[in-house]
Amino acid sequence: MSRPYTDKQRRIMLKEIRIHGRGGQGVVTAAELLAVAAFEDGKYAQAFPSFGSERMGAPVQAFVRIADHKVHNRSQIYQPDYLIIQDNTLIGAIDVLSGLKPDGMVLVDTEKSPEELGLKTSAEVRTIPATRIALETIGRAVQNTTLMGAFAGITGLISVEAIIKSVKERFPGEIGEKNARAIQKAYDMMKGGKRA
Amino acid sequence: MKKVIEGSMAVALAVKACRPHVISAYPITPQTHIVENLSQMVADGELKSEFVNVESEFSAASVILGASATGARAYSTTTAQGLLLMTEVLFNIAGLRLPVSLTCANRAISAPINIWCDHQDAMTVRDSGWIQLYAEDCQEAADMQLQAFKIGENPEIMLPVMVNMDGFILTHAFEPIELLDQKMADEYLPPYKPEIFLTTKNPVTFGILAEPQYYAESRYRLEEAIKASKPVIEEAASEFKRIFGRYSGGLVDKYKLDGAKTALVGMGSVVGTMREVVDEMNSHGQKSGLLKIRTYRPFPKEAIYDALKDVDNIIVMEKAISLGLGGILLNELKSIFQGKKKQPRISGFIIGLGGRDIPTQSIINAVKKVESETIEDEFIDLRTELIGAGK
Repeated sequence: MSRPYTDKQRRIMLKEIRIHGRGGQGVVTAAELLAVAAFEDGKYAQAFPSFGSERMGAPVQAFVRIADHKVHNRSQIYQPDYLIIQDNTLIGAIDVLSGLKPDGMVLVDTEKSPEELGLKTSAEVRTIPATRIALETIGRAVQNTTLMGAFAGITGLISVEAIIKSVKERFPGEIGEKNARAIQKAYDMMKGGKRA
Repeated sequence: MKKVIEGSMAVALAVKACRPHVISAYPITPQTHIVENLSQMVADGELKSEFVNVESEFSAASVILGASATGARAYSTTTAQGLLLMTEVLFNIAGLRLPVSLTCANRAISAPINIWCDHQDAMTVRDSGWIQLYAEDCQEAADMQLQAFKIGENPEIMLPVMVNMDGFILTHAFEPIELLDQKMADEYLPPYKPEIFLTTKNPVTFGILAEPQYYAESRYRLEEAIKASKPVIEEAASEFKRIFGRYSGGLVDKYKLDGAKTALVGMGSVVGTMREVVDEMNSHGQKSGLLKIRTYRPFPKEAIYDALKDVDNIIVMEKAISLGLGGILLNELKSIFQGKKKQPRISGFIIGLGGRDIPTQSIINAVKKVESETIEDEFIDLRTELIGAGK
């Protein structure tokens, strides 16, 4: 099976994603599943957590690099193209926007509109009530997979089919099916929205 | 087949492909996922190994020592304090010439307690007689696991092999991994059949008292064996490439060193980040290259000299320190150039201790610093506000 990321090829695309949340919200799982899905789409992917804060409720970060070539860099992500904020109570508590590229995008789980959120960034701000969607669709306030669907809808970086496949493989049976519905719903909500 | 899996799972699957008879390990962060995966495979009947639960790393090392002495292929995995608790047994395993293998998920040493990556654990047992390999990525960590038994079980070598992979940075990273095919693994690594082992049918004894008229010869043979492993390590990588189609082993790895003026030198996952820096430097016309030390013990002096003999400027970056001396790799590397005609400038930096992240910019800054002067043992990214005024 040939993949389009041999070192011989020119390096064209590299996108860096940083996910912020709290311990127990599946931040690390989201990073892992985004990497699995990106690979499913034929891209190279690397995912890793900010290690150590493995306590319920503690701020947690995870990192994903998606590229069309093998990624060698092992450093954390300081200038992300994309930010996913799973827990909006972190806004103001820590500098979640740190290093976000001006032409980047931040996706926040909140009931508020981007304007109401009032983030100080020139990057695109997108919001989705992911926790509510997760509660309605999955029956649990676990918003990570819903946000992945929204991310696919906004960026097109990863296909929604690949995300659903990776989630179903990781959570077989009814849980996977419910998550898939939440992902599709979030994807449909966010798809077609204009880029800043 | 390639799949995105965690580094710890990649290693556990590679260990499984080695068909070890005995596994004994005590869980310790960040090695935990390796031992959890392996114990699950044994419990599920996917892996026909005896998994021996123990109350400490000292016991885990003792179990694999005993198992190997009876002719079994034996494996363990640990890190940091666990590795140090094994220390006495590690020296015994090497002295008894038992080709066990161990994955060390490299982590800093207490005190203060710290669960994150550096190389102080493995570097501290560098004189134990174990062959030490360092992985740059998860694929290498998995592939070198097969090579570890291949090298160690060579009848001319008969030594234990430690595969080092950076704790968290690699053990907890998800990336595409070429899964090892069992048939190919079996072709590469046939069953372990030692000439001498403990059996009631042919009683022998291991590790008896060696009086002054015998001990030095035993140590001499040990030194000869580990030195003789250099070509065996290269052969193990070539044979691996023949079967699996990729070269992930050997003594050193050279990157863009042809015609380079400046050479970065490192071990483990930081080498990946260094590659990006070297690419960046070359794109700005700075002719630079990279030397990865893949095999640290035996120390590949000849291969290192051959790779670096034409460069003007060598920059060693290492995640360990010999307190009271400085950079360990730095000093060993300097010794290689003793008495040689061309003397490059050799600088050394201590980097990434206790899991301190290493951004590409930190490496670039260090390279800039040595443009005009030689620097020895400078700590990169030291937080001066925590240590008082000055540097």
